[in-house]
Amino acid sequence: MQGTTARRLAALAVLLIGTGIGYFVYWSEGHDFRPFKLGLDLSGGTQLVYKADLSQLPGADAADSLAALRDTIERRVNLFGVSEPLVQTEHVSAAISGTAEDRLIVELPGITDTQKAIALIGETPVLEFRMLKEGADLSKATASTTVDQMFAPAIITGKDLASSELQFQGQGVQEAVVVLHFNSHGAAVFADTTKKNVGKVFGIFLDGQLISSPVIREVIPDGTAVISGNFAPEVAKELARNLNYGALPVPIELQYTQTVSGTLGAAAVQDGIMAALWGVAAVVLFMLIWYRLPGLIAGVALLIYIVVTLALFQLIPVTMTAAGIAAFILSVGMAVDANVLIFERMKEEMRSGKNISEAIHDGFGRAWPSIRDSNISSMITAVILFWFGTSLIKGFALVFGLGVLVSMLTAISVSRTFLFALGLRSKTNVSRFLFGSGTRL
Amino acid sequence: MIIVKNRILFFCITGALVLASIVSTLVFGLKLSTDFTGGTLVEVTYPNGRPSVSDVSSALDQVGFKGYSLRAAGDKDYIMRSPELSADQRTALPLVLSMGSTTEANITQYTQVGPTIGTELRRKAFISISFVLLCILLFIAFAFRKVSQPVSSWVYGLIALVTLLHDVIVPVGFFAALGHFAGAEVDTLFVTAVLTVLGFSVHDTIVVFDRVRENLAINKERGRKEPFEETAGRALNQTFVRSVNTSLTVLLTLLILFFFGPASTHWFALTLLVGIIAGTYSSIALATPLLVVSERWFAKQTKKK
Repeated sequence: MQGTTARRLAALAVLLIGTGIGYFVYWSEGHDFRPFKLGLDLSGGTQLVYKADLSQLPGADAADSLAALRDTIERRVNLFGVSEPLVQTEHVSAAISGTAEDRLIVELPGITDTQKAIALIGETPVLEFRMLKEGADLSKATASTTVDQMFAPAIITGKDLASSELQFQGQGVQEAVVVLHFNSHGAAVFADTTKKNVGKVFGIFLDGQLISSPVIREVIPDGTAVISGNFAPEVAKELARNLNYGALPVPIELQYTQTVSGTLGAAAVQDGIMAALWGVAAVVLFMLIWYRLPGLIAGVALLIYIVVTLALFQLIPVTMTAAGIAAFILSVGMAVDANVLIFERMKEEMRSGKNISEAIHDGFGRAWPSIRDSNISSMITAVILFWFGTSLIKGFALVFGLGVLVSMLTAISVSRTFLFALGLRSKTNVSRFLFGSGTRL
Repeated sequence: MIIVKNRILFFCITGALVLASIVSTLVFGLKLSTDFTGGTLVEVTYPNGRPSVSDVSSALDQVGFKGYSLRAAGDKDYIMRSPELSADQRTALPLVLSMGSTTEANITQYTQVGPTIGTELRRKAFISISFVLLCILLFIAFAFRKVSQPVSSWVYGLIALVTLLHDVIVPVGFFAALGHFAGAEVDTLFVTAVLTVLGFSVHDTIVVFDRVRENLAINKERGRKEPFEETAGRALNQTFVRSVNTSLTVLLTLLILFFFGPASTHWFALTLLVGIIAGTYSSIALATPLLVVSERWFAKQTKKK
């Protein structure tokens, strides 16, 4: 029969494609071509979340400063040879946390010494130039006077810095100073400010500490400034080096730290793989015993589902976490749901006197609305979970959502192709048995 | 269908279950983890056998750690909870925990959560759960919009919501007891588990409701008059095997995850297990019977008019 031949060819093609994808997953993991991306809880490493204090900056500057903040930290992290670090900013609206906050998230795979990781980021200096407020007098400042009382918001920050160098100035006993070179934006602002404020005092702050408070004597158009703070030569040298790696435009404050050791992560991966293998075996066995021939087909559809999702995890790539592995194992159990719905429906149709081919056809057609509606509700949950989650939970949501989507496709299209390819239409006892289920013979 | 006929009995069982869960939650209370409260959580493992709690405590006391608690975990681990540590304390910690380098101690996990992040996560958890419930209500009301006889599609949605509340209350109550007896804590994974249970349970409910929808359409097509109770009962009968089988495959995978899976998802798997059993039960023994009851109520209201 022509129809059956075409269907069998289609089934063969599906099998071959499935095997091909499976081989790709296996091959790419072995050859380091897009291997699975492991989250910090599996690879081991440290995650640090900082709050960026942008309260002193006007709106437009805030976005720039945040970007500069990220770049500076990224540069610094790269310097220390961390492989594949992740540095990103996140804005949290007031509706969720009570007050709006901007955060910097730093992920350092492989760094499992928390204190070292914190120190690594903490060495980045915060640089600010602030004008002394009108009428304020530095000599009258007491211990209780705050910086904000004396100084106006920063005009120039770490984001305006291009480079810095160590120099020695003065006659006789030379003093070590650090020369700052601003970028074009910084130079323009500095020239403008110095032009307008000749004779006034400004303060140079490092990490919130006033280092020096020079008087502006003339316009400085070339975008250089000198920090002289009676430095010992070594201190000045280190400061110049640190500033060269970049300075932060705003202070940051550590909010969240998480470190997971590599051994704990490796054990989690091992356990996760074992659980996944057993989970798949148990589900396939159950389907085979209960649904017989269609169960076998559901098993094949499930295997194709598995290789397709694994390939997607590699290609997108999806960061795998322990929660993500759990989601994947859970999705294996849920992936056969569409098949269960269809097979139960097929049986009903057969009981009402239809032949196998008709029953398969109607089974698919009638089961579709409930498959669709129930999967949409799962997708809604996945989307909200993705929003709720910290990076670990996001992994869960992504895997769960992808799983729902892909399993809907494989459970329906793949098992449909195979069932039709069998070309069974008779009502013999053998095919009755093969399509029967449960304890009934 | 036996469940629809004996719905009073099943309402009683469900009521008892919900009551037990609420009592458990009230009596034991939920232990919030560091994720939500803020503070520090340290997991340390001693490969060569761990020193006694009092030894570790006195070592910590000596260098001025305050307000911490130590709990044994597994065979070789301690879990230490404390308020936020200072930079000096963080640096000193590995040395202190190894009793001044006299025994090998590895910090396998270190988490420190500032107060704002904790507050934010708490809020986010509530917002997400409420949002999921709301979206599901709206979605069901939308998906079943063409079925307004004999009960409006909003009733389907509201009933789904009631069964979902049941599905949240039961695992929460279970977890409160688990927290009391086994030290389990409510963390972000627990919230994830609850949200997942919501998604799964509504799956089941939708499948039954969808069958009710189909049966109603067939009856209308064939001009058959049938009490709603029987239409709904038949739908339940037709979907019963499917509901149980799907839950069985999921429960199989969860059991395996619980026994063989990573330690960090241990409680997570157990919460899901309980939640999914509750979800399957509620979509069979609560959703459809409630649908029948509300149909009767609406029928009475129309008669009165």
